Amino acid sequence: MDEEQIVQALVDLIFKAETKLPTDVLQALIKAEKKETGIAKIQLQTMIKNAKIAAETKRPICQDTGVQTFFITVGEDFHSVGKLKSMIKKAVKQATESIPLRPNTFDVFTKENHKDNIGAYIPAITWDFTDGSDVIITAVPKGGGSENMSKLVMLKPGVGLQGVKDFVVETMIQAGGNPCPPTVVGLGVGGGADLAMKLGKFALLRPVGHRHPDKKIAQLEEDLIRDINQSGIGPMGLGGKTTVLDVHVEHAPRHPASLPVGLVVQCWADRRATMILHNDGSYEVK
Amino acid sequence: MAEYRLTLPLSTEKIKDLHLGDIVYLTGKLFTARDEAHQRLLHTSSDDLPFQIDSLALYHCGPLMKKKEDTWNVIAAGPTTSSRLELFASDILEKFSGLNMIIGKGGMGKDTLSALKNRGVYLSYTGGAAALAADQINQVIDVFWLDELGMAEAIWIFEVTSFGPLVVGMDAHGHSLFHKE
Repeated sequence: MDEEQIVQALVDLIFKAETKLPTDVLQALIKAEKKETGIAKIQLQTMIKNAKIAAETKRPICQDTGVQTFFITVGEDFHSVGKLKSMIKKAVKQATESIPLRPNTFDVFTKENHKDNIGAYIPAITWDFTDGSDVIITAVPKGGGSENMSKLVMLKPGVGLQGVKDFVVETMIQAGGNPCPPTVVGLGVGGGADLAMKLGKFALLRPVGHRHPDKKIAQLEEDLIRDINQSGIGPMGLGGKTTVLDVHVEHAPRHPASLPVGLVVQCWADRRATMILHNDGSYEVK
Repeated sequence: MAEYRLTLPLSTEKIKDLHLGDIVYLTGKLFTARDEAHQRLLHTSSDDLPFQIDSLALYHCGPLMKKKEDTWNVIAAGPTTSSRLELFASDILEKFSGLNMIIGKGGMGKDTLSALKNRGVYLSYTGGAAALAADQINQVIDVFWLDELGMAEAIWIFEVTSFGPLVVGMDAHGHSLFHKE
């Protein structure tokens, strides 16, 4: 297996995520644009136009090229598991130069910019394992403006599902125009404090417009979409019918004493791209 | 909602003609500033500043730039979240009395709204529209504090043509699209 070739494939994956808005997101923006009038319509038209320019000129959609974030499912028979992390770091470094990406890794204490988008725990990688020998890698460059509006709450179980709904709607109203609406909300319910936030991030991997297979969760998603959009915050907080493009919910069992809710906000530029890496080094970027 | 094509700098009279929801396309010079630059602007005496602020519009932006030989090119330059700069905005407006235009995204708070009264406007650019914004910047005039603050936090001076669509989100009459009245 040629390591350089895989690093290049990972650079291609980051390039695709940064420059080409996923079709499901673009379709959702187009659909919303048709429903809106006035300022809201202009905002959506500008977003769609920008996505088109970025794809055509092979430039990042947003100057905030995000924190490089990857979700990886490794087939247990893939032979170079141990090398994947260093290859991803190499790819992020290369992509920072070649695409280019904005240097987005600041030292918390010295304010020094690492300039290559690499640092302790960064890029952020979440690992999972499965059967077979393929590796599935999804790149989700995560912007700061939307991440700043993300929130964790440890609810009292007594408030029930209504308490969860109230928290989500209130948080999204409070966020206003800050996270670049129309946003996509990833909601993690249950688990613990860390797992709820992680589930919120997992929820963002599901394409926009796809409902949860469990009917009662799908219903919760639809209720939340309706309630948040009734706020009238609208595209960029300038008023309108579309405040969220979608809400995705994932869940884990909760401790009897806890009801953790992790709310992850993703901007309209809901960037992601996936590749499948085979054991022989061949790959497809989807 | 009216639509204007304006050339900077604007007189107070012209600023007062702008009303909530108006669409504006700007031609002229902007300077970028985010959190670090705002703090530094406040801590530097006006005489020591390397450029004149008063004739420029303030753009909340941390651009993605690339240097080719000796020339800086703008790759992507959409607006950053303005609410972070609420911490500094009224002090900045007090210090730089000629500053009458802030461009950003997401809106600002009540302190900025009252500081803008009778003198300035807040214009909202579509967040994430960074490739489009970059295409409306026709020249990188200068950059300050790049070594100390880095690419995203440095002050960049851009010359723009038909920069927009910008929406008047806060006008000089105390009205805001981001606050329920």
